[in-house]
Amino acid sequence: MPQRPIEVILTRQLASTLAMPVFLVDPEGTLLFYNEPAEAALGMRFEETGEMPAAEWATLWSPFAQDGSPLGAERLPLMIAVAERRPAHGDFWIRGLDGARRHIEATAFPLMRVDNEILGAVVIFWEAAS
Amino acid sequence: MRIRLWGTRGSVASPGADTARHGGNTSCVEVCGEDGTLLVLDAGTGIRPLGRVLGSTARRIHILLTHFHLDHIQGLGFFAPLYHPDVETHLWGPGSATHNLRARLMRYLSPPLFPVHLRDLPRLVLHDLPAGDFDIGEFRVRSDRVMHPGFTVGYRISARDATLSYLSDHEPALGVPRFPLDADWTSGHALAQDASLLVHDAQYSLAQYVHHVGWGHSAIEHAVAFAQLARARHLVTFHHDPAHDDGTIDRLTAAACVSLPSSLRVTAGAEGAVFEL
Repeated sequence: MPQRPIEVILTRQLASTLAMPVFLVDPEGTLLFYNEPAEAALGMRFEETGEMPAAEWATLWSPFAQDGSPLGAERLPLMIAVAERRPAHGDFWIRGLDGARRHIEATAFPLMRVDNEILGAVVIFWEAAS
Repeated sequence: MRIRLWGTRGSVASPGADTARHGGNTSCVEVCGEDGTLLVLDAGTGIRPLGRVLGSTARRIHILLTHFHLDHIQGLGFFAPLYHPDVETHLWGPGSATHNLRARLMRYLSPPLFPVHLRDLPRLVLHDLPAGDFDIGEFRVRSDRVMHPGFTVGYRISARDATLSYLSDHEPALGVPRFPLDADWTSGHALAQDASLLVHDAQYSLAQYVHHVGWGHSAIEHAVAFAQLARARHLVTFHHDPAHDDGTIDRLTAAACVSLPSSLRVTAGAEGAVFEL
């Protein structure tokens, strides 16, 4: 497997040291990494999921809106950040792999290299006070 | 290709009797191709004696900078061929997100830090490093960003079946609890993979490193582990700590190589050392 861009490596290493949940994807939305606080929120260790295409991870945690309707991957802040190359914020519900239902707030931003090539996106999320 | 080390010291020049064997000049490596192509990696104080030897005999010189910390550019203004009208010097280096190579270089090569302006150098051509591979004479050159403060690159230089990897300032262990991670998550791996010769930062002892995390440099043990991960055949340790005398460098290198696999050779970089690939 080819080496990741240095910006992506740095982002993973930063995420590894943070207390808030962080989720990292590549330009196609493929899950590259999530940190230990995210493992607690998502109900599964990263070593168990590994890298995963967007279509897979977006359904794995079954995100849904307040009215209970399912949210497609394209409506999640992380995928908006990748697709539209802009920061995005939103709140939604997920069902963790431990079965627990959680109200999530998420802020995502794209990772842009100096030549404006997109390298992926990062989302920081936490359980909303609801 | 023929490689000669002209400066192996990190951070600041450290001349003296106790550093005479490994050398006190800062980063500079000469790379000569079979077709006569001449590359100079970094312009630390080691480039001054190289310039004295070259004089005006070389007609075209390519200087490849990794970054703009002083120990990598301090010798540039004292490189005699720069002032010779018959010598064409091409200077390659990384721009940053907001400044190109010229702007970054001018912060040093202009008054009050230096009396000569860039514009006064007769035949200097600047090149912002292009994305991807590019060719200089017989050499295929690749640069990529590596883990070091500021906008810093490493180089992979190939010709025929030989590959030199040059990562003079590199801290791939930063933020990694158990170094190394997998190859695809390790800074610099693509540059160093299967290198015939890997010139790599090895500034600290492990004991020193814990007090310098994030400074952008490696412990010798990290350099050895990185070389093994990359399957390099020969590691030359580089960017020695200015506080390390020759005996210390020998002792630390030997200690880091106790359980070395037979596939990897390690040499403590020394001024004047020559390697033929």
